[in-house]
Amino acid sequence: MLDDFLTRAALAGIGTGLAAAPLGCFVVWRRMAYFGDATAHAAILGVALSLAASLPVFVGTLFIALFMAMVVSVISGRGYAMDTLLGVMAHSALAFGLVGVTFIQGVRIDLMAYLFGDILAVSRSDLAVIWGGAALVLALIGWRWNALLTATLDDGLALAAGIDPKREQLVLTLALAVVVAVAIKVVGVLLITALLIIPAATVRPFAVTPERMGIMAALVGMTSAWIGLRASYEFDTPTGPTIVCVTALLFILSNIASRIRQPG
Amino acid sequence: MMRDAAPLVSVHDLTVRYGEAAVLRDVDLDVAPGEIVTIVGPNGSGKSTLIKAILGGVKHSAGRIERKPGLQIGYVPQRLVLDPTLPMNVERFLSLPHRIPASRAREALERAGVPEIGKRQMAALSGGQFQRALLARAILEEPDLLILDEAAAGLDQPGAAAFYRRIHEVREETGCGVLMISHDLHVVMSASDRVICLNGHVCCAGTPEVVANAPDYRRLFGEGTRGAFALYRHNHDHRHSQDHVQDAAE
Repeated sequence: MLDDFLTRAALAGIGTGLAAAPLGCFVVWRRMAYFGDATAHAAILGVALSLAASLPVFVGTLFIALFMAMVVSVISGRGYAMDTLLGVMAHSALAFGLVGVTFIQGVRIDLMAYLFGDILAVSRSDLAVIWGGAALVLALIGWRWNALLTATLDDGLALAAGIDPKREQLVLTLALAVVVAVAIKVVGVLLITALLIIPAATVRPFAVTPERMGIMAALVGMTSAWIGLRASYEFDTPTGPTIVCVTALLFILSNIASRIRQPG
Repeated sequence: MMRDAAPLVSVHDLTVRYGEAAVLRDVDLDVAPGEIVTIVGPNGSGKSTLIKAILGGVKHSAGRIERKPGLQIGYVPQRLVLDPTLPMNVERFLSLPHRIPASRAREALERAGVPEIGKRQMAALSGGQFQRALLARAILEEPDLLILDEAAAGLDQPGAAAFYRRIHEVREETGCGVLMISHDLHVVMSASDRVICLNGHVCCAGTPEVVANAPDYRRLFGEGTRGAFALYRHNHDHRHSQDHVQDAAE
Protein backbone atom coordinates (compact mmCIF):
# COMPACT_ATOMS: atom_id res chain seq x y z
CA MET A 1 0.00 0.00 0.00
CA LEU A 2 2.91 2.34 0.78
CA ASP A 3 4.19 1.79 -2.75
CA ASP A 4 1.70 4.33 -4.01
CA PHE A 5 3.18 7.82 -3.82
CA LEU A 6 -0.28 9.32 -3.30
CA THR A 7 -0.91 7.10 -0.31
CA ARG A 8 2.44 8.04 1.17
CA ALA A 9 1.69 11.71 0.54
CA ALA A 10 -1.71 11.42 2.19
CA LEU A 11 -0.21 9.72 5.24
CA ALA A 12 2.51 12.36 5.43
CA GLY A 13 0.00 15.19 5.25
CA ILE A 14 -2.34 13.66 7.78
CA GLY A 15 0.51 12.94 10.21
CA THR A 16 1.75 16.50 9.96
CA GLY A 17 -1.73 17.97 10.41
CA LEU A 18 -2.31 15.74 13.42
CA ALA A 19 0.86 16.89 15.18
CA ALA A 20 0.85 20.54 14.14
CA ALA A 21 -2.72 21.54 14.99
CA PRO A 22 -2.88 20.81 18.75
CA LEU A 23 0.54 22.41 19.21
CA GLY A 24 -0.80 25.26 17.09
CA CYS A 25 -3.46 25.88 19.73
CA PHE A 26 -0.72 26.77 22.21
CA VAL A 27 1.01 28.89 19.58
CA VAL A 28 -2.26 30.82 19.19
CA TRP A 29 -3.10 31.03 22.90
CA ARG A 30 0.39 32.21 23.81
CA ARG A 31 0.76 34.47 20.78
CA MET A 32 3.83 32.66 19.55
CA ALA A 33 3.00 32.87 15.85
CA TYR A 34 6.06 34.92 15.05
CA PHE A 35 8.17 32.61 17.17
CA GLY A 36 6.89 29.73 15.06
CA ASP A 37 7.78 31.61 11.91
CA ALA A 38 11.29 32.31 13.16
CA THR A 39 11.86 28.67 14.08
CA ALA A 40 10.53 27.51 10.71
CA HIS A 41 12.53 29.99 8.64
CA ALA A 42 15.68 29.08 10.50
CA ALA A 43 15.16 25.50 9.36
CA ILE A 44 16.44 26.37 5.89
CA LEU A 45 19.78 27.06 7.52
CA GLY A 46 19.45 23.59 9.00
CA VAL A 47 18.91 22.19 5.50
CA ALA A 48 22.15 23.84 4.35
CA LEU A 49 24.01 22.43 7.36
CA SER A 50 22.62 18.94 6.85
CA LEU A 51 23.66 18.90 3.23
CA ALA A 52 27.11 20.24 4.04
CA ALA A 53 27.65 17.65 6.77
CA SER A 54 25.90 14.83 4.88
CA LEU A 55 23.40 14.41 7.68
CA PRO A 56 19.73 13.61 7.29
CA VAL A 57 17.81 16.86 6.74
CA PHE A 58 15.67 16.06 9.75
CA VAL A 59 18.67 16.18 12.07
CA GLY A 60 19.98 19.52 10.80
CA THR A 61 16.61 21.23 10.85
CA LEU A 62 15.80 19.94 14.31
CA PHE A 63 19.16 21.12 15.59
CA ILE A 64 18.88 24.60 14.08
CA ALA A 65 15.26 25.04 15.10
CA LEU A 66 16.20 24.22 18.69
CA PHE A 67 19.28 26.41 18.54
CA MET A 68 17.18 29.27 17.20
CA ALA A 69 14.60 28.91 19.93
CA MET A 70 17.30 28.90 22.61
CA VAL A 71 19.02 31.98 21.22
CA VAL A 72 15.75 33.86 21.12
CA SER A 73 14.89 32.99 24.71
CA VAL A 74 18.39 33.91 25.90
CA ILE A 75 18.60 37.31 24.24
CA SER A 76 14.97 38.31 24.69
CA GLY A 77 14.37 41.08 27.17
CA ARG A 78 17.68 42.77 26.38
CA GLY A 79 16.58 45.97 24.79
CA TYR A 80 14.67 44.80 21.73
CA ALA A 81 10.99 44.06 21.56
CA MET A 82 10.28 40.38 21.02
CA ASP A 83 8.79 40.83 17.55
CA THR A 84 11.78 42.90 16.41
CA LEU A 85 14.13 40.23 17.67
CA LEU A 86 12.17 37.45 16.02
CA GLY A 87 11.99 39.41 12.79
CA VAL A 88 15.75 39.83 12.77
CA MET A 89 16.35 36.18 13.58
CA ALA A 90 13.74 34.72 11.22
CA HIS A 91 14.78 36.57 8.14
CA SER A 92 18.51 36.48 8.69
CA ALA A 93 18.38 32.74 9.29
CA LEU A 94 16.36 32.33 6.10
CA ALA A 95 18.75 34.54 4.12
CA PHE A 96 21.88 32.85 5.48
CA GLY A 97 20.34 29.49 4.79
CA LEU A 98 19.53 30.40 1.19
CA VAL A 99 23.02 31.80 0.64
CA GLY A 100 24.64 28.88 2.47
CA VAL A 101 22.96 26.30 0.26
CA THR A 102 24.63 27.77 -2.85
CA PHE A 103 28.08 27.08 -1.36
CA ILE A 104 27.45 23.38 -1.18
CA GLN A 105 29.34 21.83 -4.04
CA GLY A 106 28.25 18.85 -6.01
CA VAL A 107 24.71 18.69 -4.77
CA ARG A 108 22.02 19.99 -6.99
CA ILE A 109 19.15 20.63 -4.70
CA ASP A 110 15.74 21.91 -5.43
CA LEU A 111 15.36 24.84 -3.03
CA MET A 112 11.70 25.13 -3.85
CA ALA A 113 11.19 21.71 -2.29
CA TYR A 114 12.37 23.05 1.06
CA LEU A 115 10.63 26.39 0.82
CA PHE A 116 7.23 25.04 -0.20
CA GLY A 117 7.49 21.33 0.51
CA ASP A 118 7.51 18.34 -1.77
CA ILE A 119 4.93 16.02 -0.32
CA LEU A 120 4.67 13.87 -3.45
CA ALA A 121 8.32 12.87 -3.05
CA VAL A 122 7.86 11.54 0.49
CA SER A 123 9.70 8.27 0.94
CA ARG A 124 9.06 5.44 3.37
CA SER A 125 11.80 6.71 5.64
CA ASP A 126 10.38 10.25 5.48
CA LEU A 127 7.08 8.77 6.53
CA ALA A 128 8.71 7.07 9.48
CA VAL A 129 10.26 10.40 10.54
CA ILE A 130 6.96 12.23 10.14
CA TRP A 131 4.90 9.75 12.15
CA GLY A 132 7.63 9.25 14.71
CA GLY A 133 7.86 13.02 15.17
CA ALA A 134 4.08 13.37 15.30
CA ALA A 135 3.84 10.67 17.97
CA LEU A 136 6.59 12.36 19.97
CA VAL A 137 4.92 15.78 19.80
CA LEU A 138 1.48 14.43 20.70
CA ALA A 139 2.92 12.45 23.61
CA LEU A 140 4.81 15.51 24.87
CA ILE A 141 1.83 17.84 24.59
CA GLY A 142 -0.53 15.25 26.08
CA TRP A 143 1.80 14.58 28.99
CA ARG A 144 2.30 18.26 29.85
CA TRP A 145 -1.21 19.40 28.83
CA ASN A 146 -2.48 20.66 32.19
CA ALA A 147 0.84 22.17 33.20
CA LEU A 148 1.11 23.90 29.82
CA LEU A 149 -2.40 25.29 30.13
CA THR A 150 -1.76 26.57 33.65
CA ALA A 151 1.48 28.24 32.60
CA THR A 152 -0.29 29.71 29.56
CA LEU A 153 -2.83 31.39 31.85
CA ASP A 154 -0.40 32.95 34.27
CA ASP A 155 3.17 32.43 35.48
CA GLY A 156 2.16 33.03 39.08
CA LEU A 157 -0.66 30.49 38.96
CA ALA A 158 1.78 27.95 37.58
CA LEU A 159 4.43 28.71 40.22
CA ALA A 160 1.91 28.47 43.06
CA ALA A 161 0.94 25.02 41.76
CA GLY A 162 4.58 23.92 41.65
CA ILE A 163 4.90 24.21 37.87
CA ASP A 164 7.95 25.91 36.40
CA PRO A 165 6.70 28.15 33.57
CA LYS A 166 10.17 28.23 31.99
CA ARG A 167 10.25 24.46 31.75
CA GLU A 168 6.84 24.42 30.08
CA GLN A 169 8.05 27.03 27.61
CA LEU A 170 10.93 24.70 26.85
CA VAL A 171 8.53 21.83 26.23
CA LEU A 172 6.67 23.93 23.67
CA THR A 173 9.92 25.03 22.05
CA LEU A 174 11.02 21.45 21.72
CA ALA A 175 7.67 20.38 20.27
CA LEU A 176 7.79 23.28 17.84
CA ALA A 177 11.26 22.32 16.64
CA VAL A 178 10.11 18.73 16.03
CA VAL A 179 7.02 19.87 14.13
CA VAL A 180 9.13 22.15 11.94
CA ALA A 181 11.55 19.36 11.19
CA VAL A 182 8.66 17.05 10.38
CA ALA A 183 6.59 19.48 8.32
CA ILE A 184 9.40 20.80 6.13
CA LYS A 185 8.93 17.96 3.64
CA VAL A 186 5.17 18.46 3.56
CA VAL A 187 4.58 22.20 3.27
CA GLY A 188 8.09 23.70 3.40
CA VAL A 189 9.51 26.28 5.79
CA LEU A 190 7.48 29.21 4.51
CA LEU A 191 4.10 27.65 5.18
CA ILE A 192 4.65 25.63 8.36
CA THR A 193 3.21 28.35 10.59
CA ALA A 194 0.00 28.18 8.57
CA LEU A 195 -0.49 24.54 9.58
CA LEU A 196 0.02 25.51 13.19
CA ILE A 197 -2.21 28.53 13.36
CA ILE A 198 -5.01 28.28 10.83
CA PRO A 199 -6.60 25.02 12.07
CA ALA A 200 -6.60 26.34 15.65
CA ALA A 201 -8.10 29.65 14.56
CA THR A 202 -10.67 27.83 12.41
CA VAL A 203 -12.16 25.85 15.28
CA ARG A 204 -11.98 28.58 17.93
CA PRO A 205 -15.59 29.78 17.49
CA PHE A 206 -16.91 26.28 18.15
CA ALA A 207 -14.73 25.25 21.09
CA VAL A 208 -15.83 25.62 24.71
CA THR A 209 -12.85 23.94 26.33
CA PRO A 210 -9.16 23.87 25.40
CA GLU A 211 -9.31 20.08 24.95
CA ARG A 212 -12.07 20.27 22.36
CA MET A 213 -10.21 23.02 20.56
CA GLY A 214 -7.12 20.82 20.37
CA ILE A 215 -9.03 17.81 19.05
CA MET A 216 -11.08 19.80 16.56
CA ALA A 217 -7.95 21.58 15.33
CA ALA A 218 -6.28 18.21 14.72
CA LEU A 219 -9.32 17.06 12.72
CA VAL A 220 -9.27 20.25 10.64
CA GLY A 221 -5.52 19.88 10.09
CA MET A 222 -5.84 16.28 8.91
CA THR A 223 -8.89 17.00 6.75
CA SER A 224 -7.17 19.97 5.11
CA ALA A 225 -4.14 17.84 4.30
CA TRP A 226 -6.28 15.18 2.67
CA ILE A 227 -8.55 17.57 0.71
CA GLY A 228 -5.54 19.67 -0.28
CA LEU A 229 -3.76 16.64 -1.64
CA ARG A 230 -6.79 15.55 -3.65
CA ALA A 231 -7.32 19.08 -4.95
CA SER A 232 -3.70 19.50 -6.00
CA TYR A 233 -3.89 16.19 -7.87
CA GLU A 234 -7.13 17.25 -9.52
CA PHE A 235 -6.06 20.76 -10.52
CA ASP A 236 -2.35 20.06 -10.94
CA THR A 237 -1.35 22.69 -8.38
CA PRO A 238 1.58 22.66 -5.91
CA THR A 239 0.51 20.46 -3.02
CA GLY A 240 1.85 22.31 0.06
CA PRO A 241 0.29 25.65 -0.86
CA THR A 242 -2.94 23.89 -1.88
CA ILE A 243 -3.20 22.32 1.58
CA VAL A 244 -2.78 25.74 3.15
CA CYS A 245 -5.40 27.20 0.79
CA VAL A 246 -7.88 24.55 1.91
CA THR A 247 -7.18 25.36 5.58
CA ALA A 248 -7.66 29.06 4.86
CA LEU A 249 -10.98 28.38 3.12
CA LEU A 250 -12.13 26.33 6.11
CA PHE A 251 -11.16 29.25 8.34
CA ILE A 252 -13.34 31.61 6.30
CA LEU A 253 -16.25 29.15 6.25
CA SER A 254 -15.99 28.63 10.00
CA ASN A 255 -16.12 32.35 10.66
CA ILE A 256 -19.09 32.82 8.37
CA ALA A 257 -20.85 29.91 10.06
CA SER A 258 -20.23 31.29 13.53
CA ARG A 259 -21.52 34.73 12.47
CA ILE A 260 -24.70 33.20 11.11
CA ARG A 261 -25.17 31.13 14.24
CA GLN A 262 -24.56 34.09 16.50
CA PRO A 263 -25.53 37.36 14.78
CA GLY A 264 -23.54 40.40 15.87
CA MET B 1 -3.43 35.98 66.20
CA MET B 2 -1.67 32.65 66.59
CA ARG B 3 1.71 34.29 66.20
CA ASP B 4 3.33 31.55 68.24
CA ALA B 5 2.82 28.89 65.56
CA ALA B 6 5.72 28.17 63.21
CA PRO B 7 5.50 30.54 60.25
CA LEU B 8 4.11 29.27 56.94
CA VAL B 9 6.61 31.29 55.03
CA SER B 10 9.54 33.22 56.32
CA VAL B 11 11.66 35.69 54.38
CA HIS B 12 15.05 36.76 55.70
CA ASP B 13 17.20 39.62 54.41
CA LEU B 14 15.85 39.15 50.90
CA THR B 15 17.55 41.17 48.18
CA VAL B 16 16.42 41.01 44.56
CA ARG B 17 18.21 42.82 41.76
CA TYR B 18 17.07 43.51 38.23
CA GLY B 19 20.40 44.25 36.59
CA GLU B 20 22.15 46.85 38.73
CA ALA B 21 19.15 48.18 40.58
CA ALA B 22 18.01 46.49 43.78
CA VAL B 23 14.25 46.14 43.69
CA LEU B 24 14.14 44.66 47.18
CA ARG B 25 16.74 45.22 49.91
CA ASP B 26 17.04 43.21 53.10
CA VAL B 27 13.36 42.40 53.33
CA ASP B 28 12.14 40.39 56.31
CA LEU B 29 8.66 38.98 56.45
CA ASP B 30 6.78 36.05 57.87
CA VAL B 31 3.22 34.84 57.82
CA ALA B 32 1.83 32.63 60.58
CA PRO B 33 -1.14 30.27 60.20
CA GLY B 34 -4.45 32.10 60.50
CA GLU B 35 -2.84 35.51 60.12
CA ILE B 36 -3.69 38.16 57.52
CA VAL B 37 -0.62 40.11 56.53
CA THR B 38 -0.96 42.93 54.04
CA ILE B 39 1.80 44.56 52.05
CA VAL B 40 1.27 48.20 51.14
CA GLY B 41 3.59 50.50 49.27
CA PRO B 42 3.76 52.89 46.34
CA ASN B 43 4.07 51.73 42.72
CA GLY B 44 7.50 50.30 42.02
CA SER B 45 8.11 49.53 45.68
CA GLY B 46 8.72 45.84 44.93
CA LYS B 47 5.43 44.44 46.24
CA SER B 48 4.76 42.17 43.29
CA THR B 49 8.42 41.16 43.09
CA LEU B 50 8.25 40.07 46.72
CA ILE B 51 5.18 37.94 45.99
CA LYS B 52 6.84 36.46 42.89
CA ALA B 53 9.92 35.65 44.94
CA ILE B 54 7.84 33.87 47.58
CA LEU B 55 6.12 31.90 44.80
CA GLY B 56 9.58 30.93 43.53
CA GLY B 57 9.58 32.82 40.24
CA VAL B 58 12.31 35.37 40.93
CA LYS B 59 15.98 34.73 41.57
CA HIS B 60 17.22 36.52 44.64
CA SER B 61 20.78 37.71 45.03
CA ALA B 62 20.88 37.52 48.82
CA GLY B 63 18.86 36.31 51.74
CA ARG B 64 16.61 33.29 51.97
CA ILE B 65 12.99 32.25 51.72
CA GLU B 66 11.82 29.39 53.89
CA ARG B 67 8.55 27.67 53.32
CA LYS B 68 6.97 25.27 55.76
CA PRO B 69 7.62 21.80 54.35
CA GLY B 70 4.73 20.72 52.12
CA LEU B 71 3.26 24.21 52.12
CA GLN B 72 0.19 24.41 49.90
CA ILE B 73 -0.22 27.85 48.33
CA GLY B 74 -3.38 29.29 46.81
CA TYR B 75 -2.65 32.27 44.59
CA VAL B 76 -4.97 34.94 43.23
CA PRO B 77 -3.25 37.17 40.65
CA GLN B 78 -4.10 40.81 40.18
CA ARG B 79 -5.42 40.30 36.73
CA LEU B 80 -5.53 37.27 34.57
CA VAL B 81 -5.33 38.19 30.92
CA LEU B 82 -7.17 35.41 29.20
CA ASP B 83 -6.33 35.38 25.53
CA PRO B 84 -9.64 35.57 23.64
CA THR B 85 -8.56 32.60 21.54
CA LEU B 86 -8.45 30.35 24.62
CA PRO B 87 -11.82 28.77 25.36
CA MET B 88 -12.14 28.10 29.07
CA ASN B 89 -15.22 27.66 31.19
CA VAL B 90 -15.09 28.10 34.94
CA GLU B 91 -15.28 24.39 35.77
CA ARG B 92 -12.38 23.62 33.46
CA PHE B 93 -10.42 26.47 34.96
CA LEU B 94 -10.91 25.05 38.44
CA SER B 95 -9.53 21.73 37.18
CA LEU B 96 -6.12 23.25 36.45
CA PRO B 97 -3.66 21.75 36.92
CA HIS B 98 -5.41 18.81 38.64
CA ARG B 99 -8.70 17.30 37.56
CA ILE B 100 -11.31 17.68 40.30
CA PRO B 101 -14.82 16.22 40.56
CA ALA B 102 -17.70 18.58 39.70
CA SER B 103 -18.95 18.44 43.29
CA ARG B 104 -15.71 19.92 44.61
CA ALA B 105 -15.76 22.61 41.94
CA ARG B 106 -19.27 23.55 42.98
CA GLU B 107 -18.33 23.62 46.64
CA ALA B 108 -15.38 25.91 45.97
CA LEU B 109 -17.56 28.24 43.91
CA GLU B 110 -20.11 28.34 46.74
CA ARG B 111 -17.41 29.22 49.22
CA ALA B 112 -16.18 31.95 46.92
CA GLY B 113 -19.73 33.30 46.74
CA VAL B 114 -20.49 32.47 43.09
CA PRO B 115 -22.24 29.07 42.99
CA GLU B 116 -23.94 29.60 39.62
CA ILE B 117 -21.07 30.29 37.24
CA GLY B 118 -19.56 26.83 36.69
CA LYS B 119 -20.66 26.47 33.07
CA ARG B 120 -19.94 30.06 32.04
CA GLN B 121 -16.94 30.99 29.92
CA MET B 122 -14.27 32.84 31.93
CA ALA B 123 -14.25 35.61 29.33
CA ALA B 124 -17.98 36.22 29.84
CA LEU B 125 -17.75 36.87 33.60
CA SER B 126 -18.04 40.29 35.22
CA GLY B 127 -14.98 41.63 37.03
CA GLY B 128 -16.31 40.57 40.43
CA GLN B 129 -17.27 37.09 39.26
CA PHE B 130 -13.91 36.64 37.56
CA GLN B 131 -11.96 37.47 40.73
CA ARG B 132 -14.20 35.11 42.71
CA ALA B 133 -13.58 32.36 40.19
CA LEU B 134 -9.86 32.95 40.77
CA LEU B 135 -10.50 32.84 44.52
CA ALA B 136 -12.47 29.59 44.18
CA ARG B 137 -9.54 28.00 42.38
CA ALA B 138 -7.10 29.30 44.97
CA ILE B 139 -9.02 27.80 47.92
CA LEU B 140 -9.84 24.56 46.13
CA GLU B 141 -6.80 22.67 47.36
CA GLU B 142 -7.29 23.78 50.99
CA PRO B 143 -4.18 25.97 50.94
CA ASP B 144 -2.17 26.69 54.08
CA LEU B 145 -1.36 30.09 52.65
CA LEU B 146 -3.48 32.28 50.43
CA ILE B 147 -1.54 34.87 48.43
CA LEU B 148 -3.40 37.72 46.76
CA ASP B 149 -1.72 40.26 44.52
CA GLU B 150 -4.06 43.25 44.45
CA ALA B 151 -6.82 40.79 43.80
CA ALA B 152 -9.57 43.40 44.15
CA ALA B 153 -7.85 46.14 42.14
CA GLY B 154 -10.30 45.95 39.24
CA LEU B 155 -13.42 45.99 41.40
CA ASP B 156 -15.56 48.93 42.48
CA GLN B 157 -15.63 49.79 46.16
CA PRO B 158 -18.59 47.66 47.28
CA GLY B 159 -17.25 44.82 45.14
CA ALA B 160 -13.81 45.09 46.70
CA ALA B 161 -15.26 45.30 50.21
CA ALA B 162 -17.36 42.19 49.60
CA PHE B 163 -14.34 40.41 48.14
CA TYR B 164 -12.19 41.14 51.19
CA ARG B 165 -15.00 40.11 53.49
CA ARG B 166 -15.06 36.80 51.68
CA ILE B 167 -11.31 36.42 52.20
CA HIS B 168 -11.88 37.02 55.89
CA GLU B 169 -14.55 34.32 56.01
CA VAL B 170 -12.30 31.87 54.19
CA ARG B 171 -9.61 32.55 56.76
CA GLU B 172 -12.12 31.94 59.58
CA GLU B 173 -13.33 28.72 57.97
CA THR B 174 -10.02 27.20 57.05
CA GLY B 175 -7.52 28.84 59.36
CA CYS B 176 -5.19 29.54 56.44
CA GLY B 177 -2.67 32.34 56.51
CA VAL B 178 -3.24 35.20 54.10
CA LEU B 179 -0.59 37.36 52.46
CA MET B 180 -1.94 40.10 50.27
CA ILE B 181 -0.98 43.23 48.45
CA SER B 182 -3.51 45.99 48.50
CA HIS B 183 -3.83 49.56 47.37
CA ASP B 184 -7.07 49.95 49.19
CA LEU B 185 -5.79 51.42 52.44
CA HIS B 186 -9.17 51.49 54.15
CA VAL B 187 -9.65 47.78 53.63
CA VAL B 188 -6.06 47.05 54.58
CA MET B 189 -6.34 48.82 57.84
CA SER B 190 -9.58 47.17 58.87
CA ALA B 191 -8.95 43.67 57.54
CA SER B 192 -5.31 42.94 58.38
CA ASP B 193 -3.68 41.57 61.47
CA ARG B 194 -0.37 42.99 60.40
CA VAL B 195 0.67 45.52 57.78
CA ILE B 196 4.03 45.75 56.10
CA CYS B 197 4.83 49.02 54.46
CA LEU B 198 7.28 48.38 51.64
CA ASN B 199 9.34 50.78 49.59
CA GLY B 200 12.23 48.66 48.32
CA HIS B 201 12.86 47.86 51.96
CA VAL B 202 10.47 47.41 54.86
CA CYS B 203 9.72 50.98 56.02
CA CYS B 204 7.61 49.91 58.91
CA ALA B 205 5.62 46.91 60.00
CA GLY B 206 3.19 45.99 62.74
CA THR B 207 -0.48 46.14 63.58
CA PRO B 208 -2.57 48.49 61.43
CA GLU B 209 -2.68 51.05 64.27
CA VAL B 210 1.09 51.05 64.65
CA VAL B 211 1.75 51.36 60.92
CA ALA B 212 -0.87 54.07 60.40
CA ASN B 213 0.89 56.20 62.98
CA ALA B 214 4.42 55.49 61.79
CA PRO B 215 6.19 58.53 60.30
CA ASP B 216 7.43 56.51 57.29
CA TYR B 217 3.94 55.39 56.44
CA ARG B 218 2.56 58.90 56.75
CA ARG B 219 5.32 60.24 54.52
CA LEU B 220 4.42 57.70 51.84
CA PHE B 221 0.65 57.89 52.04
CA GLY B 222 0.01 61.28 53.59
CA GLU B 223 -1.93 62.31 56.65
CA GLY B 224 -5.33 62.01 55.02
CA THR B 225 -5.61 58.28 55.24
CA ARG B 226 -5.57 58.30 59.00
CA GLY B 227 -8.86 60.14 59.19
CA ALA B 228 -10.46 57.80 56.68
CA PHE B 229 -9.03 54.87 58.59
CA ALA B 230 -10.64 55.98 61.83
CA LEU B 231 -13.94 56.49 60.04
CA TYR B 232 -13.79 53.07 58.48
CA ARG B 233 -13.00 51.37 61.75
CA HIS B 234 -16.02 53.00 63.25
CA ASN B 235 -18.31 52.00 60.40
CA HIS B 236 -17.12 48.47 60.47
CA ASP B 237 -18.38 47.84 63.99
CA HIS B 238 -21.79 46.81 62.77
CA ARG B 239 -22.53 43.84 60.51
CA HIS B 240 -23.17 44.46 56.85
CA SER B 241 -26.08 42.43 55.58
CA GLN B 242 -25.19 40.19 52.70
CA ASP B 243 -24.42 42.82 50.09
CA HIS B 244 -21.85 40.61 48.43
CA VAL B 245 -24.73 38.51 47.13
CA GLN B 246 -25.77 41.46 45.02
CA ASP B 247 -22.28 41.78 43.70
CA ALA B 248 -22.21 38.14 42.72
CA ALA B 249 -25.46 38.49 40.82
CA GLU B 250 -24.41 41.50 38.78
